[in-house]
Amino acid sequence: MTSAPDPVFEQPWHAQVFAMTVHLNETGLFTWPEWTVRFSAVLQRHGLARDLDGGDDYFLAWLDTLESLLSDTAGTEPGEIDALRDAWRRAYLDTPHGTPVRLPQRDPSGP
Amino acid sequence: MPHDDPDHPHSVLPPEPALRVKALETVLARRGLVDPAALDEIIDTYQNRIGPQIGASVVARAWCEPDFKAALLADATPVLAEMGHYGRQGEHVVVVENTPDRHNMVVCTLCSCYPWPLLGIPPGWYKSDAYRARAVREPRRVLADFGVALPKGTSIRVWDSTAEVRYLVLPMRPPGSDGLDAGALAALVTRDSMIGTGLPSAPEAT
Repeated sequence: MTSAPDPVFEQPWHAQVFAMTVHLNETGLFTWPEWTVRFSAVLQRHGLARDLDGGDDYFLAWLDTLESLLSDTAGTEPGEIDALRDAWRRAYLDTPHGTPVRLPQRDPSGP
Repeated sequence: MPHDDPDHPHSVLPPEPALRVKALETVLARRGLVDPAALDEIIDTYQNRIGPQIGASVVARAWCEPDFKAALLADATPVLAEMGHYGRQGEHVVVVENTPDRHNMVVCTLCSCYPWPLLGIPPGWYKSDAYRARAVREPRRVLADFGVALPKGTSIRVWDSTAEVRYLVLPMRPPGSDGLDAGALAALVTRDSMIGTGLPSAPEAT
């Protein structure tokens, strides 16, 4: 533990998952106390095997919480998320460096 | 890294969790549940506009204006709202004052609740298991790790934040700062001094 200045978000995806959660709370999908109850439980579970350092591991717990919360409140399916994750991976691997990465218009996991 | 390797001229593949986040965002956008512009606005707010400088200006004003300080200590939430510092999650802010007899320290033992509108996003150590577990158990040792040694007669009160209540420490005005205006005083107020894991800077140190 030190008091050295830290960047606000260490990784772009930390900022992204944080913003999504704040936005969904503000649009009324869940209340903040609902969020903290779930998030606390996930942090506790993740912290059983080893001490969390509050960096990547903290936001991994955050992401796990959001995925399970959305599956309960917005009906997102784990299979749907997995397929889109794979589609994004392919998009990165298929896109030349320097070109914006986009999902193909019709990807196999599309609705 | 792929972008340094001429045999793999594709885009840099983000780490696995970043791909999961992109997948979630895609699903939510397709269902009309997230607005990408709103996400950018939230990130910009926390990255560029909200941070410890806001809490520091509140502390400096409390040091200069006794009436403001009294109102802040009595019920901070409406006072801060009037200044435009709203809790986005509808939480209440409680300001706790350090005195020669009592030092205050803030933690969130369950997760990482923090006065976002006043301090921004918490530092990594605030979110770590080590701090969250030790702040309550051995606050004096934690303070020593931060280089803070309190007089023996000063007791330590640790405040455990919740989703509904966030705490801000009002540190003691440093000696030798009598002639300074609010702007100069705010520069002495460190983030850690408002969490209680530090003290304000001494005037000559700035």
